[in-house]
Amino acid sequence: MDLQPTDDQDALVEMMRNFAADRFAIETVRSFGKSEGFDRSLWEELAALGTFGIAVPEDLGGVGLNFIDAVLVHEALGTALVPGPLVAATLAAGLVDGVIDGSVVPCIIDAGIDGPLAVENFRSSDVLLIVDDAGIGVVETETVSGTDVVHPTDPTTPVTILSSLPRTKSIGDAELSKQWRQRGSLLASAQLSGNSSGSTSLAVEYAKEREQFGRPIGSFQGLKHLLADSWIRTEVARSSVWAAGVTVDEPEVGSIDRAVAGARLTSARAATENAKTCVQVHGGMGFTWEVDAHLFLKRAWILETQFGSIDDAAETVAQLYADR
Amino acid sequence: MHLRDSESDAVFRSEVRGWLREAVASMPPPPSPDDWPGRRAYDAQWQRMLFDTGYAGINWPAEHGGRGATPTEHLIFLEESAAAKAPDVGLGFVGQMHAGPTIIAEGTDAQKAHHLNGILTGEHVWCQGFSEPGSGSDLASLRTRAFRDGDDYIVSGQKIWTSHAIAADYCEMLVRTDPNELKHKGISWLIMPMDLPGIDVRPLVTVHGSTEFAELFLDEVRVPVANLVGAENDGWRVANVTLSFERGTGFVGELLDTTNVFQELIEMARSTTRNGKSIWSDDSIRREVGIIGADLDALWAFTKRNVSQGARGGLAMGSGSGFKVAFATTQHRLGDLALRVLDRASLSMDNLGGQPTGELVHSKLHAFAISLGGGTTQIQQNIIAERVLGLPRER
Repeated sequence: MDLQPTDDQDALVEMMRNFAADRFAIETVRSFGKSEGFDRSLWEELAALGTFGIAVPEDLGGVGLNFIDAVLVHEALGTALVPGPLVAATLAAGLVDGVIDGSVVPCIIDAGIDGPLAVENFRSSDVLLIVDDAGIGVVETETVSGTDVVHPTDPTTPVTILSSLPRTKSIGDAELSKQWRQRGSLLASAQLSGNSSGSTSLAVEYAKEREQFGRPIGSFQGLKHLLADSWIRTEVARSSVWAAGVTVDEPEVGSIDRAVAGARLTSARAATENAKTCVQVHGGMGFTWEVDAHLFLKRAWILETQFGSIDDAAETVAQLYADR
Repeated sequence: MHLRDSESDAVFRSEVRGWLREAVASMPPPPSPDDWPGRRAYDAQWQRMLFDTGYAGINWPAEHGGRGATPTEHLIFLEESAAAKAPDVGLGFVGQMHAGPTIIAEGTDAQKAHHLNGILTGEHVWCQGFSEPGSGSDLASLRTRAFRDGDDYIVSGQKIWTSHAIAADYCEMLVRTDPNELKHKGISWLIMPMDLPGIDVRPLVTVHGSTEFAELFLDEVRVPVANLVGAENDGWRVANVTLSFERGTGFVGELLDTTNVFQELIEMARSTTRNGKSIWSDDSIRREVGIIGADLDALWAFTKRNVSQGARGGLAMGSGSGFKVAFATTQHRLGDLALRVLDRASLSMDNLGGQPTGELVHSKLHAFAISLGGGTTQIQQNIIAERVLGLPRER
């Protein structure tokens, strides 16, 4: 048992963080939400690091690492709010040609989830992946009709509502579909865990700089306790996200479904609560479009709906505990 | 990163499991909680069996009589002990977890020779005299005085929250040896034999009715200077030295207990009917179970992260505090759910109808021990805010 990252994994995370800081500054993240704002060359740069193919075997063009490494990468991407269909690309890498090097951009919808046929990043994608109980299908997006949402809730994630679910070419069976749902959920949770840490850092920086009553507001215990709670929620979320990632790689140690559902619950709570704290710590400025606090909150809201709701996750954990 | 056992850990686990199966079966039924002589004898019997097999002081260095096990082996031992329903550390807690490691790090050869073996065999029971009525969160303001008089200190004052004082042979105690120095300076760490004249032990009954705690009233107790551990006035550092030995296993016993209580609660919810329906059919109850289950799984993963970090030399700043706050929050949340499931069965602190109803009420009350003991949740939040996040101190 060793649930701390190795030196190689620390280096991998460091590389992703540096890349994100360098190439995905917050202005760039914001520009991805604008019409025609998706920067394909930047997406290919991200792909060239091995981001999407990290857990894909080398003979399929991947890096050949484990799924936990993909989890660590998505955590780093979530901290920096790196935009685009990161989960779809990581799932499809090695299976859909061109995804691994970024030349083909995929988007994804889980047809098993009720509600509007909303697809994130549809307009900038080349192919649409559809997951349902029977399997996975693919279709070129230019053949699919849909209406773009004028004001997507997360300003950095464009959303399109499909008119109907199109017919697709099958690329995977029910077994793969189940695996994609587990892994897709966990990758979104990894981004949520990272998101929770990013909003905490933003809030802590502000609390150190902003002065009221003649001293930094971060010296007040009322804020200290809010921010300490944020840090704790991240550590709890990170613990379950990492454990779930390792459970995918070593299924003999426990139930993947339970680990993945638990990771969703802890990471969604960490991301949404920490982002709310971030807005609150920023005071009135936190209520403005200009300050980045709301970007963390809105991204968290999107991610926590991907591949199942938090209520579904709670139900899954409860049933698996009871069935032991 | 791995969750599976390494080959050597798997071998260790199987050895421990095999031994525990027979050892636990050979133990008599445990005594009642208020039978202190009985508890002392029971815990000593179990500790002696551990000692004779080489499992005593599992995380102590081998040169001081321990097993020198890795933090991961320690975790495995605790997991297997819980699975086998083995007795827990019981009255050995302060000696094995705190006083012994402190003496190993800071004691003289004579102190080591006199005390370590007695702790490992279970022969000696220790208690802790740190907190005072006026010095809780602000422990360094403590005022119990120790005057030097020849080869003795004359100690007077009052201590509180002294677990197991009623059954203890020795007390690890913080006293003020220099009244002119404020706070952390001027404190010394003493070994006080509990049979000295001038010690009055008064039981302090807790909210769950337990007699674990006591207050100590000290009236001119003569403690030999030879019982000073570390230098005079250096006791604050000595008291904190055990923190650097923490390898992430500190709350494993509590977490195992909580996990068991949670499973019992699920069983009760499934087997109990209310308003003509199973309690388990209530969506809000089930989802709360899901959230608490996810939190417990996360706390296990958090523990394994800390143990992994501990195996590399020491915990990261704040990880112990963060774990404790999160654990306390979950413990309270579990207790709240227990009261919802129990409803009118919560009126008794004794089990009703052959169900562990009383245990669940106890567990709800025990949550306060986690959120208050060893530094309150609010003190831990301050530690994280200032030492991890780097926020400015209030004054």
